[in-house]
Amino acid sequence: MRSHNRKSQVGIGRKLINAAAMTLMTGTAFLVIAPLVAILSYLVYRGVGALNWSFLTHLPAPPGELGGGMGNGIVGSGLILLVAIVIGVPLGIGSGIFLAEYGRNRYGNLIRFTADVLNGVPSIVIGMTVYGLVVVTQKHFSLLAGGIALGIMMVPTVTRSTEEMLLMVPQSIREAALGLGVPRWRTTVSVVLRSASSGIVTGIMLAFARVAGETAPLLFTAFGNQFWNLRPDQPTAALPLQIFTYAISPFDDWHRQAWAGALVLIVLIVGTVAVVRLVTFRGMLRGAA
Amino acid sequence: MATALYISPGQFLPAGDFRDHGISLYVHAHFHIALTIACYSQIMSALPDAGGLLRLPDLQPPPLRSEERKPAARPRIHIPMPSRAADGAFTAVVVLAAITLFAILALIAIQLVAHSRLSLHQFGFRFFVQSVWDPVAGQFGALPFVYGTLVSSFLALALAVPLAVVVALFSTELCPRKLRAPLSFTVELLAAIPSVIYGLWGIFVLAPILRLYVEPWLARNLGWTGLFEGAPFGIGMLAAGVILAIMVIPIVASITREVVIAVPRQQREAVLALGATRWEMLRLGVLRNARAGILGGIILGLGRAIGETMAVTMVIGNTPQIAKSLFAPGYTLASVIANEFSEATGDLYLSALVEIGLALFLVTLLVNALARLLVWRVTRGMPARAHA
Amino acid sequence: MGTPIHVSNLNAWFGKRQALENISVDVPPNHATAIIGPSGCGKSTFVRCVNRMHETVPDARVDGTVKLGETDVYGNGSSPVEVRRKVGMVFQKPNPFPTMSIYDNVAAGLKLNGVRRRRQLDEVVERSLRQAALWDEVKDELKKKSGASLSGGQQQRLCIARALAVEPEVMLMDEPASALDPISTAKIEDLIFQLKEQYTIVIVTHNMQQAARVAEFTGFFLMGRLIEFGKTETIFTKPHDKRTEDYITGRFG
Repeated sequence: MRSHNRKSQVGIGRKLINAAAMTLMTGTAFLVIAPLVAILSYLVYRGVGALNWSFLTHLPAPPGELGGGMGNGIVGSGLILLVAIVIGVPLGIGSGIFLAEYGRNRYGNLIRFTADVLNGVPSIVIGMTVYGLVVVTQKHFSLLAGGIALGIMMVPTVTRSTEEMLLMVPQSIREAALGLGVPRWRTTVSVVLRSASSGIVTGIMLAFARVAGETAPLLFTAFGNQFWNLRPDQPTAALPLQIFTYAISPFDDWHRQAWAGALVLIVLIVGTVAVVRLVTFRGMLRGAA
Repeated sequence: MATALYISPGQFLPAGDFRDHGISLYVHAHFHIALTIACYSQIMSALPDAGGLLRLPDLQPPPLRSEERKPAARPRIHIPMPSRAADGAFTAVVVLAAITLFAILALIAIQLVAHSRLSLHQFGFRFFVQSVWDPVAGQFGALPFVYGTLVSSFLALALAVPLAVVVALFSTELCPRKLRAPLSFTVELLAAIPSVIYGLWGIFVLAPILRLYVEPWLARNLGWTGLFEGAPFGIGMLAAGVILAIMVIPIVASITREVVIAVPRQQREAVLALGATRWEMLRLGVLRNARAGILGGIILGLGRAIGETMAVTMVIGNTPQIAKSLFAPGYTLASVIANEFSEATGDLYLSALVEIGLALFLVTLLVNALARLLVWRVTRGMPARAHA
Repeated sequence: MGTPIHVSNLNAWFGKRQALENISVDVPPNHATAIIGPSGCGKSTFVRCVNRMHETVPDARVDGTVKLGETDVYGNGSSPVEVRRKVGMVFQKPNPFPTMSIYDNVAAGLKLNGVRRRRQLDEVVERSLRQAALWDEVKDELKKKSGASLSGGQQQRLCIARALAVEPEVMLMDEPASALDPISTAKIEDLIFQLKEQYTIVIVTHNMQQAARVAEFTGFFLMGRLIEFGKTETIFTKPHDKRTEDYITGRFG
């Protein structure tokens, strides 16, 4: 709605500032993306070279020697994450159900606040706590302790996303089920939870992606191991731990392997996040829940 | 003034059944046709059947229709009655889960306090202002770590906040629609990269770049500030600040995005209507209103930076000293725990480290609570469901 | 043969606000009874008190007697779940379970309560869909199509079939056709006509012509009170209460 007769009232100075600001902002957006691209591409570049079958399946070689791999770390991480899921997911979903269906009151607010606080606790502090509670009791570092620490870290994410997804299920669905004479608990489990299930799975996957790369909580719980370990009560190697140890070591070959390990880890995590994004997008278009 | 005919589908009940109020004549000249029961059927039979929606009243009960409608003689399906206990049990399980969540947090707090008691008792709060950390000599002063944490975190924020806010503004206001999803995915991805990989990249890529190019440049041009003195190692406070900045950008950006989207359209339009340029609209109409929320996001980012362990440990140099120059190596609260906890000898040493952990816990608790409060106030507790 | 509904001195509250005041009425069995009245008069609340849905709202309270035939709905021996089995409810906006197929939707009342036998479920699903006049339209896609993929009118008939599947004695319908187009509305009204031989039907409606079309009895509610109840014909042609007359002549509401 510009009147061509009226002389433009925006002075040159303001126009210049506007143009400068716009350009700067666009440039900044690229600046932010740059590190991501840089990191990921460098990772692939350095990691691919060292990635081979032996890396994925072998044990670490003694320090200073060439060869060896991070097989035990990959398997160890897998087991630790399994324990984490077994602990974190039921607790998270249960709490989420509580908050959504029974928690629209001040008790619910307290639990919600607790979840947020727990989310913000530094992972190293969680590691320290689990050390004090589990490792000291068991008298050794263990796979279980590592799993517990990571499981605790999963809980707030799973709780909040479960709550959110359940709240998105319209009340009319609950009423329809109750009206049929379905008891409340069955309504929650078989109708509401089922409607929200795809969103809840998404939340779990995101929580998983977050803890899969965590190192600090494992420092004093799983501790690491040069050899294979499948027993829950013994120290266990984990991929992030090995990457850390190798990275700060003085050996070039270990540095190489650290990049390979990082590549494996990043593929796992980014893969999970990408799958989540794809599924969410399609899920929303299909109108689940 | 349409005349409304009120017809009943007319099924007569045996007299005396339900509340029959007797027959009375009712006349209302403007709106009704007055009917007596006697005239009713005569008039009705003269009316056209309008589209099947008006029914001619039957004065006899309708003939029995097909077999299916007869009350069936088949046995009713037995639907098992659920036990009432099940509801109670389910509620109990769910409440237990919620209580466990609370118990975990409580346990963390209790553990931290209990195991740091020795050190608290011994040093009290002087612990955090003494500047010598020499466990071998029995000296536990945590000031270098406090300094390291604060400097690296604030440096990170100084670098990250402008970038994050700009990216957020860009993705919500300026970015062409099609690029929005990829852009926000990219920022999300930055948040997904594990700390240890940032550290790895920091050691082998960032540190050399800083050492070879950035730090010499800074020393030459900004050396007068006193912040860029000493030998450029690459590893040090500056590296830690830069890495932390990259890690903090996604948090600040996503919160900023949410609060910016929550600013109502009218605010933007009002500013534009006054003849503002786009940039001015963003500054006055959007940022000004979203200030509190952005501050909340910054504080959340601060919380993250303070608690960040691995990446910082790998690039900060791990030297417990207080130095003015950003080139110098340092040490943070989280890093000292990571490096020395498993090798701590002696109860006092361990207790001192736990006390550091307690401090971290309390600080992040405070910071997060404050941040949530600010963010909730702006977005009224509802996360903006915006799809980039 | 059918189940009458006897209500005596029914009061209901939402927190401090009283929504129903001293309602007493006898709803005759095997007939359709319409509940009319302006918005907010308590029609929906009344109906939801019959199947104990009112109490699912936090801070809601009920006082008084409701009997379905011999069963005391709020008596000590009755659980809400039992009562709701006897009473089928159809809501204003069709609410089929979105993640379930048509078959599963209809069978939901049985499956969710543990009935597993395939043959039984098949039989019930077919019978209910026929009763709801939906069988022919969906019989080929029972398990393939989801409940939410049907049209509005079909969804509502699906909800009716779902309610019928548990073989209730009473059917409560809260403005079942208000969200539908005229053709679907006509189909639903036809349905009600057929169903009332087997069930006691209570239909809440703000459409007076609809009440006149389908119901033999009508109750007029105003501000939480039952102003008048009687044969539909009487209510609409010779109402006893001036307020009833004012409402049906369009003076308000």
